[in-house]
Amino acid sequence: MKVSLFITCLGDSYFPRAGIATVKVLERLGCEVDFPAAQTCCGQPMHNNGFAPEARALATRMIRVFEMSKFVVTPSGSCAAMIRDCYPHMFEPPHNAALFKQAQSLAARTFEFSEFLVNVLKVDLAAMNMRWHGRTTYHYSCHLRGLGITDEAVRLLKTINGLEFIPLENAHECCGFGGTFATKYQQISSAMVRDKAAAIKASGAETVVSSESGCTMNIAGACRRAGHTVGFKSLPEIIAEAMGLMPFTDSPRVPGVSA
Amino acid sequence: MTPSPTPLTPPPAAPVHEHPLNVPLPYDLKPRAAKAIGDIRLQQFVGSATKAKDHGRRDGFRDVFGDRYDSLRTLAGDIKQHTLDHLDWYLERFIDNAARAGVQIHYAIDANEANAITLEIARRNQCRLCVKSKSMVTEETGLVPALEAIGVETVETDLGEFILQLDHDAPSHIVTPMIHKDRTAVGRAFTRELGVPYTDDPATLAAIARAHLREKYRHADLGISGANFLIAQTGSIVLCTNEGNGRFCTSAPRIHIAIAGIEKLIPATEHLAVMLKMLARSSTAQPITCYTHMITGPRREDEHDGPDQVHLILLDNGRTEILRKETRELLRCIRCGACLNACPVYRRIGGHSYGAVYSGPIGAAITPLLKGLHNFPDLPHATSLCGACFEACPVKIDLPKQFIMLRKKMVEQGITDLRTRAVYRLWGLMLRWGWTYRASSWVQRRVLRLLARRGDSRRVMPPTAGLAPPAKVRADPFEDNAWLSHAPGPLGEWTKERDFPTPTARSFRDWWKDRGGEQAEVRGGQREGNGDTR
Repeated sequence: MKVSLFITCLGDSYFPRAGIATVKVLERLGCEVDFPAAQTCCGQPMHNNGFAPEARALATRMIRVFEMSKFVVTPSGSCAAMIRDCYPHMFEPPHNAALFKQAQSLAARTFEFSEFLVNVLKVDLAAMNMRWHGRTTYHYSCHLRGLGITDEAVRLLKTINGLEFIPLENAHECCGFGGTFATKYQQISSAMVRDKAAAIKASGAETVVSSESGCTMNIAGACRRAGHTVGFKSLPEIIAEAMGLMPFTDSPRVPGVSA
Repeated sequence: MTPSPTPLTPPPAAPVHEHPLNVPLPYDLKPRAAKAIGDIRLQQFVGSATKAKDHGRRDGFRDVFGDRYDSLRTLAGDIKQHTLDHLDWYLERFIDNAARAGVQIHYAIDANEANAITLEIARRNQCRLCVKSKSMVTEETGLVPALEAIGVETVETDLGEFILQLDHDAPSHIVTPMIHKDRTAVGRAFTRELGVPYTDDPATLAAIARAHLREKYRHADLGISGANFLIAQTGSIVLCTNEGNGRFCTSAPRIHIAIAGIEKLIPATEHLAVMLKMLARSSTAQPITCYTHMITGPRREDEHDGPDQVHLILLDNGRTEILRKETRELLRCIRCGACLNACPVYRRIGGHSYGAVYSGPIGAAITPLLKGLHNFPDLPHATSLCGACFEACPVKIDLPKQFIMLRKKMVEQGITDLRTRAVYRLWGLMLRWGWTYRASSWVQRRVLRLLARRGDSRRVMPPTAGLAPPAKVRADPFEDNAWLSHAPGPLGEWTKERDFPTPTARSFRDWWKDRGGEQAEVRGGQREGNGDTR
């Protein structure tokens, strides 16, 4: 099965290991992965802030870049949601009718990593005898709602031997990232993420798994500031490590700062 | 059908109190939000109440409807949407049927007109004492001060609203108006205003309020209510309350005036069955409200109770503007408050931070439409677009989509400031071509990592901070984010209360290139593993 990776702009620069893990896991599962190098950003910041022409220009670029891809897989829920939920609306007639069709087509071919594994590849990870160890919790990213993704990631995590899954208190509450919201309404956003960091601390988990680089940036930054020593990994990373495709790093990636 | 009383005399200006919702325009949300976030008691009251209701809503629907919850929401949304799509037709049917039942119908284009009609009815009937049931629409029109200004004593009879009235405060939640207060505040208000000894025992407090309000009901000659639904088929006004005060207000006094937004219509009683299933469960996690009152005209010949006159004021006040296609779904709202309870922002900033009568996500969407986007530029932006409101909404209003649409309007109308517009245009250009994207990523990586390496003068950093990862971990250039605790520019806002990661030493693109990915692309995907995977 041929799969194109959409790394996302945050993933490319800030969390490349998540992308590397995505490639390795998909290849292990028999996919042939390519990376169309012309990709940049899905245009979500522009779209969400009301800059429609700017967002359409970037969406047009994405549509062209992934024109030939049978499947587009991304380790980010919100970027997948952007393509799936927003692209078709952005080109609704009276805009370019051809692009509208292509946007719908791209939307139908785009998947977030966990749903691609569970709902498209339908892999039985339990049979793969994956092994990891540690107390792990999962942060549910808001944009997964729009994609209809519920507990896919948790189901995947639970198939990993040795991984002790701890549910997170108020797991479904937004961490306060919200893109530019985090800087524009800093105090509200910080209040939200402080509670998230406190819930993580209270859970006693050593590692937090997330399907979204934006959330990770925000929550890890808050944990670090609060001095909670906890590791952050994307779902593909933990699966790649459990499959033995990447070195297992058991030390927290975000050491708490004892201020 | 009775025509509106004419000529209309304009109501006297409302007395100016130090009222929480008298805000200077354009409204700046941030100072109030900051104050609310720092108010530990408010955080506690609002946080625990909204969380309890939100969980109760989920559990209640799941227990009774299971997987059908979602299709029930779709059905309820479709009922309201259909009615709005054919609002003219249903309005006419409603008016005909209500008039046939003896209801006197009035039309108000705006708040002033609605108040003027109410005052005119009060004057004509020489009303002196008004008992009022909870109604958001009368908050919207500022009716109570207008009535008091002409000497009609007006008593809020909903317990929460009654306490807010004693405190000269304003509701901070659509359904539970005094969510920002606790029972000690009630005790203090009663001691001060009613002269009773202080207590914070809920049962005693309720008994005090009851005794006080009973006297008012006994002597009241005017009852005012809102409406939860208007049924076109029967011309009925539907009221859903928990305290029974709504029933008292609409049956004890000789005159009843109901004020309702034109969006309250539903086609027929069978649709009411669906809406009632949704309303109480969504708002207070009850299967149904304690009192569900259907008022179809005034007291009839053979009836003992009920008012001699029932007036209904159909209020527009900006609603026909919202009725335009792109925002129409906002009028589906049944004011259940589920979006407020679910909203992580509302939970932290409270209702008064929205600077208007309707708070929470629905308020953030309709206030700018009712009162001008330029007057409330923060409201569509002060949300992380998490979608919890959409998920909670019993009539499936896609609020995040509406916020984005309002933001778009702000850009188009030039309300968004020049600097912001320049930033986004530039950002858009940076992402538009491969080379600009790569160049800006490179600059970002270099600058942020350099700043992190220089460390931070204002914060004591342990040796592991900055670039160096903990000794145990191999310095993987693809995961060695450094951390900034004082970032420059707009990121400085971010680092006020949390750290910001820098890009890793090498990007995903670098890894792909190392791996021979670029050549593989040229060869059309005929790539072999290069030993990178073990």
